[in-house]
Amino acid sequence: MSEFRAAQFRTALGRARGLGSAKHGVGHFIGQRVSAVALLFLTLWGVAAALSVAAGGYDGARTWLASPVNAALLGLLILAGLYHAQLGMRTIIEDYIERPITKAALLILNAFVGWGVAALALVSILKVTFGAGS
Amino acid sequence: MADAPPVLRARPLSPHILQWRWHITMATSILHRVTGVGLYVGLLILAGWALALASGPDIYATYAGLLGSLVGRIILFGVTVCLFFHIANGLRHLVWDFGKGLAPHTANITAWIALAFAGVAAVGVWVLAAVMGAL
Ligand code: HEM
Repeated sequence: MSEFRAAQFRTALGRARGLGSAKHGVGHFIGQRVSAVALLFLTLWGVAAALSVAAGGYDGARTWLASPVNAALLGLLILAGLYHAQLGMRTIIEDYIERPITKAALLILNAFVGWGVAALALVSILKVTFGAGS
Repeated sequence: MADAPPVLRARPLSPHILQWRWHITMATSILHRVTGVGLYVGLLILAGWALALASGPDIYATYAGLLGSLVGRIILFGVTVCLFFHIANGLRHLVWDFGKGLAPHTANITAWIALAFAGVAAVGVWVLAAVMGAL
């Protein structure tokens, strides 16, 4: 098997081209930083919002989420948070899990949880926001 | 070196987890990861809150009851500590990305500041919550 690896038939330059940086790795790094800056503001807003919503019960919370600004900011907090956390969890999985099968399974699970929770949260927010006025 | 021993001895591996003096920047580095995972859990709790709110008063009351229970409050307080530590330490990360604040002395000081900030801010927010009647 190994004697017939395609790489054997490639020139030295072709092999080197295939090995170098694909110039994509930095995308995750930048994404993690940009979402960090967004989350710095969004999470602080979230703490303040939690303080004002906590005592209001069900009706208070629905009224709060009926405001488009609150709904948009909560959606952004959850989306930016999931994006940032998904990148972070990916790094953690890649750091600790060596077995390729396990690693792939966890990375897929990480993506599924991220997208799944994002969809659930967004639909929930919109349902309350649009339902509240009627 | 001319008088080096002829037989190479096994060299120590460094950094090695068992041969490494604990220092504060090491603790904050690990804590950034731990608090990041803690915040992930917090985010799932927040998404669950939105889902409960969209699912009607009964489910919302159950969910709010869980969050308001003793265990729920301990978890939420933990998430608050995670948030404030992760914010402070995340800011250290962002400063380091510009090549600043990396000298050991500076990094040690900012590590302690991040830890202190996490404790003070988390307790402060919960005291504020109690004062506002949000607990
Ligand atoms: C919903 C809120 C947040 C969640 C769930 C979260 C989660 C995470 C996770 C899981 C990691 C990966 C840790 C690792 O690789 O060791 C991480 C890294 C990071 N977080 Fe957050 N985080 C949140 C908010 C923030 C905020 C507000 C900031 C900014 C002040 C921030 C700054 C960073 C930075 C700079 C890194 C990269 C650290 C590195 O490169 O080692 N995060 N976050």
